[in-house]
Amino acid sequence: MSELEARPDALRFFRERFGLDDRGLASGLDAALERSVDHAEIFVEVTTQDSVALEEGIVKSGDRHLEQGVGVRALAGEKQGYAHSDDVTVESVRLAAATARAISEQSRTGSPVSVYRRAPARDLYPVPHPPTDVPVGRKVALLGEIDVYARGLDPRVKQVMAGVVSQHRQLLIAASDGTLCADVQPLVRLNVQVVAADGARREIGYQGMGGRYPLERLLDPAVWRPLVAEAVRIATLNLQAEPCPAGTLDVVLGPGWPGVLLHEAVGHGLEGDFNRKQTSAFSGRLGQRVAAEGVTVVDDGTLPGRRGSLNVDDEGTPTGRTLLIENGVLCGYLQDRLNARLMGMQPTGNGRRESYAHLPMPRMTNTFMLAGHDDPSEILRSVARGIYAVSFGGGQVDITSGKFVFSANEAYRIEDGRLGAPLKGATLIGNGPDVLTRVRRIGNDLALDQGVGTCGKEGQSVPVGVGLPTLRIDGLTVGGTQG
Amino acid sequence: MSPAAAREPRGVVEQALAAAVRAGADAADAVLLHSDSIESRVRGSEIDFVKQARERTLGIRALVRGPRGARSAVTSTSDLSEEAVARMAFETVELARATAEDPAAGLPEDEPAGEPPDLALFDPADRGVRIEARIEQARAAEASARAADPRIVNSEGTQVTSAFSEVVYGNTRGFLESYESALHSMVSEPIARENGSLQRDHWLSISHRLRDLEDPASVGRRAAERALRRLGGRRVSTCEVPVIFDPVTAPSLIGQLAGCVNGYAVYRETSFLANKLGETVASPLLTVIDDGLREGGLGSRPFDGEGQPTRRNLVLERGRLTSYLLDAYSARKLGLRSTGSAVRGAGSAPSAGPSNLWLEPGQDSLEQLIASTPRGLLVTELIGMGFNPVTGDYSRGAAGLWIEGGELAGPVEEITIAGNFGDMLREVDAVGCDLVWLGRVASPSLRIARMTVAGA
Repeated sequence: MSELEARPDALRFFRERFGLDDRGLASGLDAALERSVDHAEIFVEVTTQDSVALEEGIVKSGDRHLEQGVGVRALAGEKQGYAHSDDVTVESVRLAAATARAISEQSRTGSPVSVYRRAPARDLYPVPHPPTDVPVGRKVALLGEIDVYARGLDPRVKQVMAGVVSQHRQLLIAASDGTLCADVQPLVRLNVQVVAADGARREIGYQGMGGRYPLERLLDPAVWRPLVAEAVRIATLNLQAEPCPAGTLDVVLGPGWPGVLLHEAVGHGLEGDFNRKQTSAFSGRLGQRVAAEGVTVVDDGTLPGRRGSLNVDDEGTPTGRTLLIENGVLCGYLQDRLNARLMGMQPTGNGRRESYAHLPMPRMTNTFMLAGHDDPSEILRSVARGIYAVSFGGGQVDITSGKFVFSANEAYRIEDGRLGAPLKGATLIGNGPDVLTRVRRIGNDLALDQGVGTCGKEGQSVPVGVGLPTLRIDGLTVGGTQG
Repeated sequence: MSPAAAREPRGVVEQALAAAVRAGADAADAVLLHSDSIESRVRGSEIDFVKQARERTLGIRALVRGPRGARSAVTSTSDLSEEAVARMAFETVELARATAEDPAAGLPEDEPAGEPPDLALFDPADRGVRIEARIEQARAAEASARAADPRIVNSEGTQVTSAFSEVVYGNTRGFLESYESALHSMVSEPIARENGSLQRDHWLSISHRLRDLEDPASVGRRAAERALRRLGGRRVSTCEVPVIFDPVTAPSLIGQLAGCVNGYAVYRETSFLANKLGETVASPLLTVIDDGLREGGLGSRPFDGEGQPTRRNLVLERGRLTSYLLDAYSARKLGLRSTGSAVRGAGSAPSAGPSNLWLEPGQDSLEQLIASTPRGLLVTELIGMGFNPVTGDYSRGAAGLWIEGGELAGPVEEITIAGNFGDMLREVDAVGCDLVWLGRVASPSLRIARMTVAGA
């Protein structure tokens, strides 16, 4: 075999723990292939997660979870059959396969599957040991230091809530086309939420960071102190925030996390399933202008250490960098195997699922706009009256109508090109297929978010990343209260 | 069949408790959730997917007493083999020892629930339901949606689910009980097209018993009507007007209220309703009840996530805040008694939450609410999460129907509605009679006298 094998350690883990060797997997796939199906696949997962959380100055509780199971999927035309179980044995795999293949009524006789090792020999997130192996005492100590530091920054800090989450996800994918691969996916996250009070007024400031990297990075004061200081700054800033204006305004988005705009406004609408079914506001618009000149948007699952990155997607396809919009023109969709095959396109490594208990579907990884040429401070000066929004909570989109929202939680008034008072949080709403046509300026300061994004679709959550340079968009509806 | 798959649920819970005590826990509780489900989605007449699942998860909480309170930790595992359960129980205690002593931590000291009452949470006759029968229902809903109007051209499909579950809960105070429930649902999401623009909407029916589900043809037709009436939506100019929430969108307000009376948000003072017990915080038209014993209720359960009996809690009585929703921990923090509102997933420590929570209906129909509104907005869909429970600040994306002269005057979209939730609760000036249960939290239509609508 000429190809290099990625994560032989993970393959060995599944073999030793569940007896799932090549023969066992092949017999499971054979069971699925007793009917005429286009593709059969076995997905086995073992995920360990732990977290500790602090409030009122103490770590009150810790938790630890082990989730393991197997899902077997059969594809026939547009149909998918799926069965999953938390019991992982060769026998349970064969039972699940028998259920999954029932979507096809035609029997078939074929040769047994031979499984080949075929996975990219790359590791975008090497760690010396699983983050869940780091002694809990070190995580507890970190949270204690964070509490003291946050309270020391400002006497108005009344409450500090902080948490560390570590995840170690091991998965194995074997499919009837000869795919056999395994991956080990670390994921860590630190959250800090601060409540500040001044008289009767109370406000919250939140910051978080994380990614697929060693947990030890989060233990470094040079890393967590700025994060905590930022949470305190936002909470105390919001104590002075004024009601936000309501109506259609010119908006400048800061770099980084405001990229959630792209995720909602265009990302979801470019997922292959909606476009194959023609239920997206972007359906049938490949090759058309959907954004201003200079706007280029990509989805890239190959950035080392990022929260949204993966060596392979949850169907075993290596992730890649997919151009979605190039210089304003729609040029690509995000695909999993099923939708790529039905649309006559190539899978893009975006077939993802929350766990073995879920069907994969096209999902984003890290979605961002490439940098432009404008100086960010000059972009602010170019706006006569509008708002500057630098931090956001979540967003949501109606794929079919194209309408999307995202909620600012740190924003300022812009008057005559100068930053004015901080504003209370407000929801911004727009129309996905045309919002990017109203981009007027693109900054030279592309930044990716700090690694806190979680995307929900059809009840499944997966970690994602976003990114944006400073951006001026004219005529967005701002949902404040001041007419 | 492996030993883990064949294990008897009560036995697993008993083993977990015994192992936790052996490992050094002074108290422990454990919950086992078991579910078998079938699910399918049909688009047009074609099957999109068929899914069958079996899931079991065990959750363990261990408490280790110290001089200044108990240390605690929670673990969960889907590997139920004896070795895995023993290891997890040991790790729970180890993890608990790494946390701090908390004077408020501990199992509830109140009397546990007695023999579980029958709340009609499942029908044994539904056990044998075949996925083929549910798929036929989905096909019928799809056909009905498409037959409703030639402008219904596509759909995201109709999804049907039948899930049967069992909850077993035990603790070291000698409580060990279980209950079974089933949940059957059907949600249809058709797409309407006119002049090149698309609109979707949905309707759903959900029930513990198959025979209580709405007729598939009716689900499809109502979903189609909702999608059709959104066609041709326009934006309106920014203004302040009365806003009516329909029974699909109004429950989100009652759900927000539940978040703000949640004992944890209250003792942390991350709710604007903290320290307001006994005060008038809402319009006298608002009476909100939480009742875990409602027969057939989607959120009904004989005991809560800590083995406490569930009951009826009056949350708002004609605008006065009469009860928070509390589990044992948040109750101790506030010097109050548990309201039987502990919510417990297998993978998490107990927290507080609603069971069946609803706004008591008023006298008027939605049509009467509209007719008595000279100019305003009927909200039929909300998107985004623009609500801050600490301040009550509220700003969300909306779509709906404009009201002019007491009559519906066409669809509107790409607008936001904003206000402060505290003001919104006080400014409710009408409550409809059209309570419908689409989930555990329900509300009839209601009107808020004034909100800011932002648009063109």
